[in-house]
Amino acid sequence: MKFLRQAPARYALVLIVIVFFVGLPTVVTSFQSSEWTQVLIFAIVIMGLNILVGYSGQISLGHGALMALGAYTTAILVHRYHLDYLATIPIAGLLTGIVGFFLGIPALRLSALYLALATFALAVVTPSLIKRPEQLTGGVRGIELLPPQPPQFVNDAFTAVTGTPSMTSDQWLYYLCLAIALALFWLAWNLVRHRPGRALRAIRDGEVAAAAFGVNVAGYKTLAFAVSAFYAGIAGSLYGLSIGYVSPDTFPVSLSFQVLVGTVIGGLASIPGPLLGGIFTFWLPIVSNQFVGSQDWIPAQVVSVFKNAGPAVSYGVLLILIMIFAPRGLVGLIVSGYAWLQGRVRGAAERGTGHAPPDAQTV
Amino acid sequence: MQEFLQQVVSGLATGGIFASLALALVLIYNAMGLVNFAQGEMAMFATFLALVLIDHGVSYWIAFPLTLAIAFAGGVVIQRVVIRPVERAPVLTLVIVTLGLATLVNGMAGFLFGYVPRSFPSPFSAQTVNILGALASFQDLGVIAVSGVVLVLIYLLLQRTTLGLALRAASHHPEASRLLGIRVSWMLALGWGLASAVGAVSGMMAAPILLLQPNMMQTVIIYAFAAAVLGGIESPLGAVVGGLIVGVTVNLAGAYVPGVGGDLQLAVAFAIIIAVLVLKPNGLFGRAAVRRV
Repeated sequence: MKFLRQAPARYALVLIVIVFFVGLPTVVTSFQSSEWTQVLIFAIVIMGLNILVGYSGQISLGHGALMALGAYTTAILVHRYHLDYLATIPIAGLLTGIVGFFLGIPALRLSALYLALATFALAVVTPSLIKRPEQLTGGVRGIELLPPQPPQFVNDAFTAVTGTPSMTSDQWLYYLCLAIALALFWLAWNLVRHRPGRALRAIRDGEVAAAAFGVNVAGYKTLAFAVSAFYAGIAGSLYGLSIGYVSPDTFPVSLSFQVLVGTVIGGLASIPGPLLGGIFTFWLPIVSNQFVGSQDWIPAQVVSVFKNAGPAVSYGVLLILIMIFAPRGLVGLIVSGYAWLQGRVRGAAERGTGHAPPDAQTV
Repeated sequence: MQEFLQQVVSGLATGGIFASLALALVLIYNAMGLVNFAQGEMAMFATFLALVLIDHGVSYWIAFPLTLAIAFAGGVVIQRVVIRPVERAPVLTLVIVTLGLATLVNGMAGFLFGYVPRSFPSPFSAQTVNILGALASFQDLGVIAVSGVVLVLIYLLLQRTTLGLALRAASHHPEASRLLGIRVSWMLALGWGLASAVGAVSGMMAAPILLLQPNMMQTVIIYAFAAAVLGGIESPLGAVVGGLIVGVTVNLAGAYVPGVGGDLQLAVAFAIIIAVLVLKPNGLFGRAAVRRV
């Protein structure tokens, strides 16, 4: 009990979040669970991009392409080679991670700007590249994936808790994604807290200085690329499974862009950031469309146009505003808001007792 | 042989479009060391404005300079409002901001003008003329001529006017220029305005061929990136030469390399970008980058 009482407040927060996500499908519909599955998948790929952009200071605008690789790996292995879909998820992650490693090698020679350019071009080219080997990828039509069914013991446990007759494949996928997301967040947390994380931040903040301190700059930068791609591959694989098919149009440039938006909005170089970013990027277009649709005074014509253009406009505006006013994203806003509140509360208490509040520097 | 020449000529024409957009990228790169990911979208938006003018009965030859003026003003405003607050931020921030700008402008265009492709008038006729055995259309020749004129004008502005000198000075050595009384920040805004206008030219040249819709420039910008990188990203001449080379290469690859075809031309541009960045990062005309640590 002493351990529990001494644990920092954020552990309680983590526990609350986990309980929320574990309990969610028992109270919402199967369809709503599938929406939250998407959120979790976005959170995974954003976590990966965050390791790359936030911690190692390299940029990638091509994570949609890496997701495509993961998704197609799973689809092809399941569809052509009849592998169990569960086995394909780590294969997709590892394969994409290896590709990411090899992408990281030329990336070493490029400045941030050129890297952005090259990865952006990769994201644009990917859909047309996928169409080519038609035998393998199914060309424009893509590949359909059957919805995975829950294993018996999970089904039993779920029906016992909720009292519903059976667990849907959407609900099973949700729990699968949740388990993987938890594992990957835990992995990322350990990664950035220890030696690799310190090395990456040192490289980000001063490459020459880091090298002078004996950090293997090239090694860690390619490692960041590989790990980041591994996350994207896993997320891509789950993405394919959750939407039930993969096609070139599943992975447009805007997907890469959405992932980057999520990374930035959630907060660079933070662990809860990607989760917030995932929630935000997934729900923003849906909620804003619903809101605009529900307003009677907005003409129907505008509403239909907004469905297409709205997400782009709101992403664009948000991205610019966040970069200008809150470069640390939602997490930064929450942290500084909490500190401000704490300061106010403490200040009020100090005023009450007639003591001057302590200097902020010494707290 | 005749067909080959024909492919080269039409490659030069598309290359002219890439060259103008690449030139716009180079202008902004020179002003502030930044690749503007929104350049293509800004050009697309300006082209839509031109179409609105033309639809209202303004003749093409009046709408053209008018659009350039609007694009120039738009570029200045964008620099003042969006870019200036993050001028000193790390490259990553700037890249993200220009990407945000790109989606914003793209979405705005979709919002205001819809996603249905529209035809855009061309000032040049589709008639062909025989040059050295190759049939070239006036359309192609016109595009080549316009990009040539734009390059010469930009060259004259940068090299032969006091304003051009101030522009170059402000980007090379901001501190010293400020001491000499050059308004550096406004010079950057001017650079954005110029780039925006040059980009608008490429948009108006591309629209008759590609049909005008909000995603029109999404592929063109990749070719322009390839052109700018190939030419050495800080060299205006390099951008134009790079644009023409990319245009011709992509066209020839599409016609003659088996398996490339029309849909993988973009991959050729991607290959050019990667090859240049890995093998010769300074491009054809760029100087070796020297970095103080």
